[in-house]
Amino acid sequence: MSLVLAGVRYRYAGSRTDALHGIDLEVPSGSVTGLVGPNEAGKSTICLAAAGLAPATIGGHLEGVVSIDGVESSSARPHELAQRCGILFQNPATQLSGTAPTVWEEVAFGPRNLALPGDDVVERVTDALAALGIESLAERDPTRLSGGQAQLVALAGILALRPALVILDEPTSQLDPQGTRMVGEALRRLVRENRTAILVVEHKTALLDQLADRVAVVDQGRLIREGPTDEVLSDPALSEHGVEPPPRVRVRSALAGAGLRTPREADVLIAELTR
Amino acid sequence: MIRIDIERVAYDYPGGVRALDGVNLAVRPGETLGIVGQNGSGKSTLVRHLNGLLRPTEGQVLLDGSAVERRHVAELARLVGLVFQDPDRQIFAGKVRTEVAFGPRNLGLRGAELDRRVVEALEVVGLAGAADENPYDLGYSRRKLLAIASVLAMRTPIVVLDEPTTGQDLRGVARVRAIMAALAAEGRTVITISHDMRFVAETVRRVVVMRAGRIVLDGTPADVFAAANWNVLASTYLEPPLAALVGARLGVGSTPTEASLVEALGRADVDAG
Repeated sequence: MSLVLAGVRYRYAGSRTDALHGIDLEVPSGSVTGLVGPNEAGKSTICLAAAGLAPATIGGHLEGVVSIDGVESSSARPHELAQRCGILFQNPATQLSGTAPTVWEEVAFGPRNLALPGDDVVERVTDALAALGIESLAERDPTRLSGGQAQLVALAGILALRPALVILDEPTSQLDPQGTRMVGEALRRLVRENRTAILVVEHKTALLDQLADRVAVVDQGRLIREGPTDEVLSDPALSEHGVEPPPRVRVRSALAGAGLRTPREADVLIAELTR
Repeated sequence: MIRIDIERVAYDYPGGVRALDGVNLAVRPGETLGIVGQNGSGKSTLVRHLNGLLRPTEGQVLLDGSAVERRHVAELARLVGLVFQDPDRQIFAGKVRTEVAFGPRNLGLRGAELDRRVVEALEVVGLAGAADENPYDLGYSRRKLLAIASVLAMRTPIVVLDEPTTGQDLRGVARVRAIMAALAAEGRTVITISHDMRFVAETVRRVVVMRAGRIVLDGTPADVFAAANWNVLASTYLEPPLAALVGARLGVGSTPTEASLVEALGRADVDAG
Protein backbone atom coordinates (compact mmCIF):
# COMPACT_ATOMS: atom_id res chain seq x y z
CA MET A 1 0.00 0.00 0.00
CA SER A 2 1.76 3.15 -1.09
CA LEU A 3 -0.33 6.10 0.11
CA VAL A 4 -2.78 5.93 3.00
CA LEU A 5 -4.83 8.78 4.44
CA ALA A 6 -6.79 7.78 7.52
CA GLY A 7 -9.22 10.16 9.20
CA VAL A 8 -7.32 13.21 7.93
CA ARG A 9 -8.62 16.54 9.18
CA TYR A 10 -6.69 19.65 8.27
CA ARG A 11 -6.98 23.32 9.10
CA TYR A 12 -4.87 25.99 7.37
CA ALA A 13 -2.83 28.31 9.57
CA GLY A 14 -4.94 31.32 10.53
CA SER A 15 -8.21 29.70 9.44
CA ARG A 16 -11.14 29.13 11.80
CA THR A 17 -12.60 26.20 9.89
CA ASP A 18 -11.31 22.81 8.75
CA ALA A 19 -10.51 22.45 5.06
CA LEU A 20 -10.67 18.64 5.29
CA HIS A 21 -13.14 16.79 7.49
CA GLY A 22 -11.86 13.24 8.01
CA ILE A 23 -10.54 11.94 4.66
CA ASP A 24 -9.93 8.18 4.27
CA LEU A 25 -8.18 7.27 1.03
CA GLU A 26 -5.75 4.60 -0.16
CA VAL A 27 -3.71 4.61 -3.36
CA PRO A 28 -2.00 1.23 -3.86
CA SER A 29 1.31 0.85 -5.71
CA GLY A 30 0.89 0.40 -9.44
CA SER A 31 -2.44 2.22 -9.62
CA VAL A 32 -3.94 5.61 -10.41
CA THR A 33 -6.62 7.32 -8.32
CA GLY A 34 -8.32 10.37 -9.80
CA LEU A 35 -9.57 13.11 -7.50
CA VAL A 36 -12.52 15.17 -8.75
CA GLY A 37 -14.86 17.75 -7.26
CA PRO A 38 -15.89 21.38 -7.55
CA ASN A 39 -13.42 24.26 -7.19
CA GLU A 40 -12.39 24.88 -3.58
CA ALA A 41 -13.61 21.41 -2.51
CA GLY A 42 -10.30 20.54 -0.85
CA LYS A 43 -8.62 18.60 -3.69
CA SER A 44 -5.38 20.60 -3.61
CA THR A 45 -5.41 20.46 0.20
CA ILE A 46 -5.58 16.66 0.02
CA CYS A 47 -2.54 16.78 -2.31
CA LEU A 48 -0.60 18.94 0.16
CA ALA A 49 -1.51 16.66 3.08
CA ALA A 50 -0.73 13.50 1.08
CA ALA A 51 2.69 14.86 0.09
CA GLY A 52 3.49 15.71 3.70
CA LEU A 53 3.74 19.44 2.93
CA ALA A 54 0.74 20.21 5.13
CA PRO A 55 1.47 20.91 7.91
CA ALA A 56 5.28 20.31 7.84
CA THR A 57 6.05 23.07 5.31
CA ILE A 58 2.97 25.29 5.12
CA GLY A 59 1.87 25.09 8.75
CA GLY A 60 -1.67 24.54 9.94
CA HIS A 61 -2.98 21.65 12.01
CA LEU A 62 -3.45 18.06 10.85
CA GLU A 63 -5.19 15.23 12.66
CA GLY A 64 -5.28 11.62 11.48
CA VAL A 65 -2.58 9.68 9.69
CA VAL A 66 -0.81 10.15 6.37
CA SER A 67 1.62 7.37 5.48
CA ILE A 68 3.69 6.65 2.40
CA ASP A 69 4.94 3.08 2.02
CA GLY A 70 4.07 2.43 5.63
CA VAL A 71 6.08 5.38 6.97
CA GLU A 72 4.07 8.08 8.69
CA SER A 73 4.74 11.43 7.04
CA SER A 74 4.70 13.21 10.40
CA SER A 75 7.75 11.21 11.54
CA ALA A 76 9.67 11.44 8.23
CA ARG A 77 12.19 14.17 7.45
CA PRO A 78 11.51 16.42 4.45
CA HIS A 79 14.34 14.92 2.34
CA GLU A 80 13.05 11.40 3.07
CA LEU A 81 9.57 12.44 1.96
CA ALA A 82 10.96 14.09 -1.16
CA GLN A 83 12.57 10.80 -2.22
CA ARG A 84 9.34 8.86 -1.83
CA CYS A 85 6.88 11.37 -3.15
CA GLY A 86 6.88 13.85 -6.03
CA ILE A 87 4.21 16.55 -6.17
CA LEU A 88 3.31 18.68 -9.17
CA PHE A 89 1.61 21.93 -8.24
CA GLN A 90 -1.29 23.45 -10.11
CA ASN A 91 0.75 26.41 -11.36
CA PRO A 92 4.07 25.34 -12.95
CA ALA A 93 5.51 28.81 -12.28
CA THR A 94 5.57 27.95 -8.57
CA GLN A 95 7.30 24.65 -9.28
CA LEU A 96 10.28 25.52 -11.46
CA SER A 97 13.46 26.17 -9.50
CA GLY A 98 14.21 29.55 -11.07
CA THR A 99 17.91 28.73 -10.85
CA ALA A 100 18.44 26.54 -13.91
CA PRO A 101 19.65 28.20 -17.13
CA THR A 102 18.17 25.49 -19.37
CA VAL A 103 15.25 23.07 -19.34
CA TRP A 104 17.76 20.20 -19.22
CA GLU A 105 19.31 21.59 -16.04
CA GLU A 106 15.86 22.25 -14.58
CA VAL A 107 14.85 18.60 -14.99
CA ALA A 108 18.25 17.52 -13.61
CA PHE A 109 17.77 19.68 -10.50
CA GLY A 110 15.90 17.00 -8.50
CA PRO A 111 18.06 13.97 -9.39
CA ARG A 112 21.23 16.04 -8.66
CA ASN A 113 19.85 16.84 -5.20
CA LEU A 114 19.49 13.10 -4.60
CA ALA A 115 23.29 12.95 -5.12
CA LEU A 116 22.94 10.44 -7.95
CA PRO A 117 25.96 9.60 -10.15
CA GLY A 118 26.28 11.77 -13.30
CA ASP A 119 25.38 8.96 -15.72
CA ASP A 120 22.17 8.26 -13.80
CA VAL A 121 21.21 11.93 -13.89
CA VAL A 122 21.77 12.06 -17.66
CA GLU A 123 19.72 8.90 -18.20
CA ARG A 124 16.85 10.11 -16.02
CA VAL A 125 16.67 13.54 -17.63
CA THR A 126 16.86 12.06 -21.14
CA ASP A 127 14.10 9.55 -20.33
CA ALA A 128 11.83 12.16 -18.70
CA LEU A 129 12.12 14.61 -21.61
CA ALA A 130 11.49 11.80 -24.14
CA ALA A 131 8.49 10.45 -22.19
CA LEU A 132 6.74 13.83 -22.59
CA GLY A 133 8.00 14.53 -26.11
CA ILE A 134 9.84 17.71 -25.09
CA GLU A 135 13.43 16.84 -26.06
CA SER A 136 13.40 19.90 -28.32
CA LEU A 137 13.00 22.18 -25.29
CA ALA A 138 16.20 20.90 -23.61
CA GLU A 139 18.31 24.00 -24.33
CA ARG A 140 15.52 26.55 -23.79
CA ASP A 141 15.43 29.02 -20.90
CA PRO A 142 12.82 27.69 -18.39
CA THR A 143 11.64 31.22 -17.63
CA ARG A 144 10.65 31.80 -21.26
CA LEU A 145 8.29 28.89 -21.83
CA SER A 146 4.56 28.96 -22.58
CA GLY A 147 2.22 27.79 -19.79
CA GLY A 148 1.78 24.39 -21.44
CA GLN A 149 5.52 23.93 -22.00
CA ALA A 150 6.29 24.93 -18.39
CA GLN A 151 3.72 22.40 -17.18
CA LEU A 152 5.44 19.61 -19.15
CA VAL A 153 8.91 20.64 -17.92
CA ALA A 154 7.69 20.69 -14.29
CA LEU A 155 6.21 17.21 -14.78
CA ALA A 156 9.47 15.97 -16.36
CA GLY A 157 11.25 17.16 -13.21
CA ILE A 158 8.96 14.91 -11.15
CA LEU A 159 9.32 11.92 -13.49
CA ALA A 160 13.14 12.23 -13.28
CA LEU A 161 12.93 11.74 -9.50
CA ARG A 162 11.22 8.35 -10.09
CA PRO A 163 9.35 8.51 -6.77
CA ALA A 164 7.16 5.64 -5.52
CA LEU A 165 4.26 8.07 -5.18
CA VAL A 166 3.40 10.85 -7.61
CA ILE A 167 0.81 13.51 -6.72
CA LEU A 168 -0.40 15.70 -9.57
CA ASP A 169 -2.63 18.75 -9.15
CA GLU A 170 -4.25 19.39 -12.53
CA PRO A 171 -1.21 18.36 -14.57
CA THR A 172 -2.82 19.02 -17.97
CA SER A 173 -4.74 22.26 -17.30
CA GLN A 174 -2.69 24.29 -19.79
CA LEU A 175 -2.02 21.52 -22.31
CA ASP A 176 -3.47 20.98 -25.75
CA PRO A 177 -5.14 17.62 -26.54
CA GLN A 178 -1.87 16.16 -27.87
CA GLY A 179 0.06 17.22 -24.72
CA THR A 180 -2.73 15.78 -22.56
CA ARG A 181 -2.51 12.44 -24.39
CA MET A 182 1.28 12.34 -23.95
CA VAL A 183 0.97 13.01 -20.22
CA GLY A 184 -1.61 10.19 -20.00
CA GLU A 185 0.73 7.79 -21.81
CA ALA A 186 3.75 8.79 -19.69
CA LEU A 187 1.77 8.22 -16.48
CA ARG A 188 0.47 4.85 -17.66
CA ARG A 189 4.04 3.78 -18.45
CA LEU A 190 5.18 4.94 -15.00
CA VAL A 191 2.52 2.79 -13.33
CA ARG A 192 3.23 -0.22 -15.55
CA GLU A 193 7.03 -0.16 -15.43
CA ASN A 194 7.79 1.29 -11.98
CA ARG A 195 4.64 0.27 -10.04
CA THR A 196 4.24 3.94 -9.09
CA ALA A 197 1.18 5.02 -7.13
CA ILE A 198 -0.43 8.11 -8.64
CA LEU A 199 -2.96 10.51 -7.14
CA VAL A 200 -4.16 12.99 -9.75
CA VAL A 201 -6.54 15.94 -9.47
CA GLU A 202 -8.09 16.51 -12.88
CA HIS A 203 -11.11 18.35 -14.29
CA LYS A 204 -10.68 16.50 -17.59
CA THR A 205 -12.73 13.41 -16.80
CA ALA A 206 -12.04 12.11 -20.32
CA LEU A 207 -8.40 11.67 -19.25
CA LEU A 208 -9.35 9.98 -15.96
CA ASP A 209 -11.73 7.72 -17.88
CA GLN A 210 -8.71 6.31 -19.72
CA LEU A 211 -6.08 6.59 -17.00
CA ALA A 212 -7.50 6.05 -13.52
CA ASP A 213 -8.26 2.73 -11.83
CA ARG A 214 -10.38 4.45 -9.22
CA VAL A 215 -11.93 7.88 -8.79
CA ALA A 216 -12.71 9.75 -5.57
CA VAL A 217 -15.22 12.62 -5.42
CA VAL A 218 -14.52 15.40 -2.92
CA ASP A 219 -16.93 18.17 -1.99
CA GLN A 220 -16.69 20.67 0.88
CA GLY A 221 -13.71 18.90 2.40
CA ARG A 222 -15.39 15.51 2.53
CA LEU A 223 -14.92 12.36 0.48
CA ILE A 224 -18.34 11.86 -1.06
CA ARG A 225 -17.66 8.76 -3.07
CA GLU A 226 -14.76 6.48 -4.05
CA GLY A 227 -14.86 3.50 -6.39
CA PRO A 228 -13.92 2.00 -9.76
CA THR A 229 -13.57 4.71 -12.44
CA ASP A 230 -16.43 3.58 -14.68
CA GLU A 231 -18.87 3.33 -11.78
CA VAL A 232 -18.04 6.75 -10.32
CA LEU A 233 -17.84 8.62 -13.64
CA SER A 234 -21.14 7.09 -14.85
CA ASP A 235 -22.97 8.18 -11.70
CA PRO A 236 -25.70 10.69 -12.65
CA ALA A 237 -25.05 12.48 -9.33
CA LEU A 238 -21.55 13.44 -10.49
CA SER A 239 -22.59 16.77 -11.98
CA GLU A 240 -24.24 17.77 -8.69
CA HIS A 241 -20.70 17.89 -7.32
CA GLY A 242 -19.53 20.23 -10.07
CA VAL A 243 -17.89 17.46 -12.09
CA GLU A 244 -18.51 17.11 -15.81
CA PRO A 245 -19.03 13.47 -16.82
CA PRO A 246 -16.64 12.22 -19.55
CA PRO A 247 -17.80 12.49 -23.21
CA ARG A 248 -18.59 8.76 -23.34
CA VAL A 249 -21.06 9.09 -20.47
CA ARG A 250 -22.56 12.36 -21.75
CA VAL A 251 -23.20 11.02 -25.25
CA ARG A 252 -24.64 7.78 -23.87
CA SER A 253 -26.99 9.72 -21.56
CA ALA A 254 -28.01 12.09 -24.36
CA LEU A 255 -28.88 9.22 -26.73
CA ALA A 256 -30.61 7.12 -24.08
CA GLY A 257 -32.40 10.14 -22.60
CA ALA A 258 -33.89 10.99 -25.99
CA GLY A 259 -34.95 7.35 -26.44
CA LEU A 260 -32.75 7.03 -29.52
CA ARG A 261 -30.44 4.23 -28.36
CA THR A 262 -30.35 1.98 -25.31
CA PRO A 263 -27.36 2.64 -23.04
CA ARG A 264 -25.96 -0.74 -24.15
CA GLU A 265 -26.23 0.12 -27.87
CA ALA A 266 -24.65 3.51 -27.21
CA ASP A 267 -21.76 1.88 -25.29
CA VAL A 268 -21.02 -0.54 -28.15
CA LEU A 269 -21.04 2.29 -30.68
CA ILE A 270 -18.83 4.58 -28.57
CA ALA A 271 -16.38 1.76 -27.77
CA GLU A 272 -16.06 1.07 -31.49
CA LEU A 273 -15.39 4.76 -32.27
CA THR A 274 -12.91 5.42 -29.48
CA ARG A 275 -10.89 2.22 -29.76
CA MET B 1 -19.23 48.27 -32.59
CA ILE B 2 -15.89 47.49 -34.11
CA ARG B 3 -14.87 45.39 -37.12
CA ILE B 4 -11.54 43.53 -37.00
CA ASP B 5 -9.47 42.95 -40.15
CA ILE B 6 -6.24 40.99 -39.82
CA GLU B 7 -4.47 41.21 -43.17
CA ARG B 8 -1.48 39.03 -44.17
CA VAL B 9 -0.06 39.28 -40.66
CA ALA B 10 3.29 37.65 -39.93
CA TYR B 11 5.07 37.92 -36.61
CA ASP B 12 8.64 36.93 -35.70
CA TYR B 13 9.59 36.74 -32.02
CA PRO B 14 12.97 38.21 -31.13
CA GLY B 15 15.39 35.41 -31.95
CA GLY B 16 13.65 34.74 -35.23
CA VAL B 17 10.90 32.22 -34.37
CA ARG B 18 8.05 32.85 -36.82
CA ALA B 19 4.88 32.59 -34.72
CA LEU B 20 2.44 33.92 -37.33
CA ASP B 21 2.88 33.27 -41.01
CA GLY B 22 0.43 35.19 -43.16
CA VAL B 23 -2.84 35.28 -41.20
CA ASN B 24 -5.96 36.72 -42.83
CA LEU B 25 -9.03 36.99 -40.63
CA ALA B 26 -12.02 39.31 -40.70
CA VAL B 27 -14.29 39.38 -37.63
CA ARG B 28 -17.61 41.18 -37.88
CA PRO B 29 -18.94 43.17 -34.91
CA GLY B 30 -20.88 40.91 -32.53
CA GLU B 31 -19.36 37.64 -33.71
CA THR B 32 -18.39 34.93 -31.22
CA LEU B 33 -15.21 33.30 -32.43
CA GLY B 34 -13.26 30.35 -31.03
CA ILE B 35 -9.59 29.87 -31.91
CA VAL B 36 -8.22 26.34 -31.48
CA GLY B 37 -4.88 24.71 -32.26
CA GLN B 38 -1.86 23.11 -30.63
CA ASN B 39 0.29 24.85 -28.01
CA GLY B 40 2.62 27.05 -30.05
CA SER B 41 0.35 27.32 -33.11
CA GLY B 42 0.15 31.11 -32.76
CA LYS B 43 -3.25 31.58 -31.07
CA SER B 44 -2.10 33.80 -28.18
CA THR B 45 0.36 35.65 -30.43
CA LEU B 46 -2.47 36.47 -32.81
CA VAL B 47 -4.82 37.93 -30.19
CA ARG B 48 -2.01 40.02 -28.68
CA HIS B 49 -1.98 41.94 -31.95
CA LEU B 50 -5.52 43.15 -31.32
CA ASN B 51 -4.66 45.50 -28.44
CA GLY B 52 -1.20 46.48 -29.64
CA LEU B 53 0.75 44.28 -27.19
CA LEU B 54 2.52 42.95 -30.27
CA ARG B 55 3.01 44.75 -33.58
CA PRO B 56 3.06 42.71 -36.78
CA THR B 57 6.40 42.03 -38.48
CA GLU B 58 4.50 42.03 -41.77
CA GLY B 59 0.91 42.89 -42.72
CA GLN B 60 -1.52 44.93 -40.67
CA VAL B 61 -4.33 44.71 -38.11
CA LEU B 62 -7.23 47.10 -38.63
CA LEU B 63 -9.95 48.06 -36.16
CA ASP B 64 -12.80 49.66 -38.11
CA GLY B 65 -10.41 50.26 -40.99
CA SER B 66 -7.78 52.04 -38.92
CA ALA B 67 -4.41 50.34 -38.32
CA VAL B 68 -3.78 49.27 -34.71
CA GLU B 69 -0.16 50.41 -34.88
CA ARG B 70 -1.33 53.98 -35.53
CA ARG B 71 -3.58 53.99 -32.46
CA HIS B 72 -2.43 54.89 -28.97
CA VAL B 73 -2.33 52.06 -26.39
CA ALA B 74 -4.78 53.98 -24.15
CA GLU B 75 -7.22 54.21 -27.04
CA LEU B 76 -6.84 50.47 -27.77
CA ALA B 77 -7.56 49.70 -24.10
CA ARG B 78 -11.02 51.23 -24.57
CA LEU B 79 -11.68 48.99 -27.55
CA VAL B 80 -10.12 45.61 -26.77
CA GLY B 81 -10.18 43.81 -23.41
CA LEU B 82 -7.76 40.89 -23.22
CA VAL B 83 -7.90 38.31 -20.41
CA PHE B 84 -4.59 36.47 -20.18
CA GLN B 85 -4.31 32.71 -19.88
CA ASP B 86 -2.46 33.01 -16.56
CA PRO B 87 -4.38 35.28 -14.13
CA ASP B 88 -1.21 35.82 -12.11
CA ARG B 89 0.27 37.77 -15.03
CA GLN B 90 -2.65 40.15 -14.83
CA ILE B 91 -3.49 40.54 -11.15
CA PHE B 92 -1.41 42.92 -9.05
CA ALA B 93 -3.71 44.71 -6.56
CA GLY B 94 -4.00 43.86 -2.87
CA LYS B 95 -7.79 43.82 -2.93
CA VAL B 96 -10.26 42.23 -5.35
CA ARG B 97 -12.25 45.49 -5.57
CA THR B 98 -9.13 47.57 -6.35
CA GLU B 99 -8.06 45.11 -9.02
CA VAL B 100 -11.38 45.42 -10.86
CA ALA B 101 -11.48 49.22 -10.43
CA PHE B 102 -8.01 49.72 -11.95
CA GLY B 103 -9.09 49.53 -15.59
CA PRO B 104 -12.21 51.74 -15.47
CA ARG B 105 -10.36 54.22 -13.21
CA ASN B 106 -7.77 54.57 -15.95
CA LEU B 107 -10.59 55.26 -18.35
CA GLY B 108 -11.40 58.26 -16.17
CA LEU B 109 -14.33 56.89 -14.16
CA ARG B 110 -14.73 57.96 -10.55
CA GLY B 111 -17.24 57.81 -7.71
CA ALA B 112 -20.61 56.09 -8.04
CA GLU B 113 -20.15 55.16 -11.69
CA LEU B 114 -16.82 53.47 -10.93
CA ASP B 115 -18.31 51.63 -7.95
CA ARG B 116 -21.24 50.48 -10.08
CA ARG B 117 -18.90 49.06 -12.73
CA VAL B 118 -16.91 47.16 -10.10
CA VAL B 119 -19.96 45.72 -8.36
CA GLU B 120 -21.57 44.67 -11.63
CA ALA B 121 -18.43 42.96 -12.95
CA LEU B 122 -17.91 41.09 -9.67
CA GLU B 123 -21.55 39.99 -9.63
CA VAL B 124 -21.31 38.63 -13.17
CA VAL B 125 -18.35 36.41 -12.28
CA GLY B 126 -19.78 35.42 -8.88
CA LEU B 127 -17.18 37.21 -6.76
CA ALA B 128 -19.38 39.93 -5.21
CA GLY B 129 -18.84 38.39 -1.77
CA ALA B 130 -15.06 38.48 -2.16
CA ALA B 131 -14.69 42.20 -2.97
CA ASP B 132 -12.55 42.94 0.08
CA GLU B 133 -10.37 39.83 -0.08
CA ASN B 134 -6.78 39.71 -1.25
CA PRO B 135 -6.74 38.19 -4.77
CA TYR B 136 -3.98 35.81 -3.69
CA ASP B 137 -6.22 34.34 -0.99
CA LEU B 138 -8.54 33.18 -3.78
CA GLY B 139 -8.03 29.80 -5.42
CA TYR B 140 -6.73 29.62 -9.01
CA SER B 141 -10.17 29.26 -10.57
CA ARG B 142 -11.51 32.32 -8.74
CA ARG B 143 -8.40 34.36 -9.63
CA LYS B 144 -9.18 33.44 -13.22
CA LEU B 145 -12.75 34.77 -12.80
CA LEU B 146 -11.32 37.92 -11.18
CA ALA B 147 -9.13 38.50 -14.24
CA ILE B 148 -12.28 38.21 -16.39
CA ALA B 149 -14.15 40.67 -14.13
CA SER B 150 -11.32 43.21 -14.48
CA VAL B 151 -11.75 43.18 -18.24
CA LEU B 152 -15.59 43.14 -18.14
CA ALA B 153 -15.49 46.31 -16.01
CA MET B 154 -13.81 48.08 -18.95
CA ARG B 155 -16.91 47.41 -21.12
CA THR B 156 -14.85 47.16 -24.28
CA PRO B 157 -16.64 46.39 -27.56
CA ILE B 158 -14.17 43.53 -28.14
CA VAL B 159 -13.45 40.97 -25.41
CA VAL B 160 -10.73 38.33 -25.83
CA LEU B 161 -10.56 35.40 -23.41
CA ASP B 162 -7.41 33.23 -23.55
CA GLU B 163 -8.26 29.77 -22.18
CA PRO B 164 -11.07 31.02 -19.89
CA THR B 165 -12.17 27.53 -18.74
CA THR B 166 -8.76 26.33 -17.49
CA GLY B 167 -9.11 25.05 -13.94
CA GLN B 168 -12.88 25.71 -13.86
CA ASP B 169 -15.31 23.07 -12.65
CA LEU B 170 -18.66 22.39 -14.30
CA ARG B 171 -20.27 25.46 -12.73
CA GLY B 172 -17.31 27.65 -13.61
CA VAL B 173 -17.45 26.56 -17.25
CA ALA B 174 -21.20 27.24 -17.31
CA ARG B 175 -20.53 30.70 -15.86
CA VAL B 176 -17.93 31.50 -18.52
CA ARG B 177 -20.37 30.33 -21.20
CA ALA B 178 -23.12 32.56 -19.76
CA ILE B 179 -20.76 35.56 -19.64
CA MET B 180 -19.85 35.05 -23.30
CA ALA B 181 -23.51 34.69 -24.27
CA ALA B 182 -24.41 37.89 -22.40
CA LEU B 183 -21.61 39.82 -24.12
CA ALA B 184 -22.73 38.50 -27.52
CA ALA B 185 -26.33 39.45 -26.75
CA GLU B 186 -25.13 43.03 -26.17
CA GLY B 187 -23.61 42.95 -29.65
CA ARG B 188 -20.02 42.81 -28.44
CA THR B 189 -17.39 40.76 -30.22
CA VAL B 190 -16.13 37.81 -28.18
CA ILE B 191 -13.01 35.86 -29.11
CA THR B 192 -11.92 32.86 -27.08
CA ILE B 193 -8.89 30.61 -27.29
CA SER B 194 -9.53 27.11 -25.99
CA HIS B 195 -8.26 23.54 -26.01
CA ASP B 196 -11.69 22.29 -25.01
CA MET B 197 -13.38 21.30 -28.28
CA ARG B 198 -16.71 20.64 -26.59
CA PHE B 199 -16.75 24.07 -24.95
CA VAL B 200 -15.90 25.67 -28.31
CA ALA B 201 -18.51 23.66 -30.21
CA GLU B 202 -21.23 24.59 -27.71
CA THR B 203 -20.28 28.22 -27.16
CA VAL B 204 -19.17 29.97 -30.35
CA ARG B 205 -20.73 30.53 -33.77
CA ARG B 206 -17.44 30.42 -35.65
CA VAL B 207 -14.30 28.33 -35.17
CA VAL B 208 -10.83 29.05 -36.53
CA VAL B 209 -8.21 26.28 -36.45
CA MET B 210 -4.55 27.36 -36.42
CA ARG B 211 -1.51 25.29 -37.30
CA ALA B 212 2.09 26.57 -37.35
CA GLY B 213 1.08 30.23 -37.48
CA ARG B 214 -1.57 29.84 -40.18
CA ILE B 215 -5.34 29.45 -40.28
CA VAL B 216 -6.16 26.02 -41.74
CA LEU B 217 -9.93 25.86 -41.08
CA ASP B 218 -12.56 28.57 -40.59
CA GLY B 219 -16.30 27.99 -40.29
CA THR B 220 -19.21 27.11 -38.02
CA PRO B 221 -18.60 24.31 -35.48
CA ALA B 222 -20.66 22.02 -37.76
CA ASP B 223 -18.39 22.92 -40.72
CA VAL B 224 -15.09 22.66 -38.90
CA PHE B 225 -15.87 19.41 -37.07
CA ALA B 226 -17.46 17.74 -40.14
CA ALA B 227 -15.94 14.41 -41.19
CA ALA B 228 -14.43 15.97 -44.33
CA ASN B 229 -12.12 18.04 -42.08
CA TRP B 230 -11.00 15.32 -39.66
CA ASN B 231 -7.73 14.82 -41.55
CA VAL B 232 -6.93 18.55 -41.23
CA LEU B 233 -7.78 18.43 -37.49
CA ALA B 234 -5.60 15.31 -37.09
CA SER B 235 -2.71 17.11 -38.82
CA THR B 236 -2.67 19.48 -35.84
CA TYR B 237 -3.41 16.74 -33.29
CA LEU B 238 -6.99 17.84 -32.64
CA GLU B 239 -9.92 15.47 -32.38
CA PRO B 240 -13.55 16.40 -33.06
CA PRO B 241 -15.94 16.11 -30.09
CA LEU B 242 -17.26 12.55 -29.53
CA ALA B 243 -20.76 13.67 -30.57
CA ALA B 244 -19.35 14.51 -34.03
CA LEU B 245 -17.78 11.03 -34.35
CA VAL B 246 -21.05 9.35 -33.38
CA GLY B 247 -23.14 11.50 -35.73
CA ALA B 248 -20.86 10.74 -38.69
CA ARG B 249 -20.84 7.00 -37.89
CA LEU B 250 -24.64 6.97 -37.79
CA GLY B 251 -24.84 8.94 -41.03
CA VAL B 252 -26.81 11.92 -39.67
CA GLY B 253 -24.39 14.65 -40.77
CA SER B 254 -22.12 16.90 -38.74
CA THR B 255 -23.18 16.96 -35.08
CA PRO B 256 -20.49 18.77 -33.09
CA THR B 257 -22.56 18.89 -29.86
CA GLU B 258 -24.64 16.35 -27.99
CA ALA B 259 -27.74 18.50 -28.50
CA SER B 260 -27.18 18.60 -32.28
CA LEU B 261 -26.62 14.81 -32.29
CA VAL B 262 -29.88 14.13 -30.47
CA GLU B 263 -31.70 16.54 -32.78
CA ALA B 264 -30.24 14.99 -35.96
CA LEU B 265 -30.99 11.43 -34.82
CA GLY B 266 -34.51 12.45 -33.85
CA ARG B 267 -35.03 13.91 -37.34
CA ALA B 268 -33.59 10.77 -38.96
CA ASP B 269 -35.95 8.57 -36.91
CA VAL B 270 -38.94 10.66 -37.97
CA ASP B 271 -37.83 10.49 -41.63
CA ALA B 272 -37.34 6.71 -41.39
CA GLY B 273 -40.75 6.31 -39.69
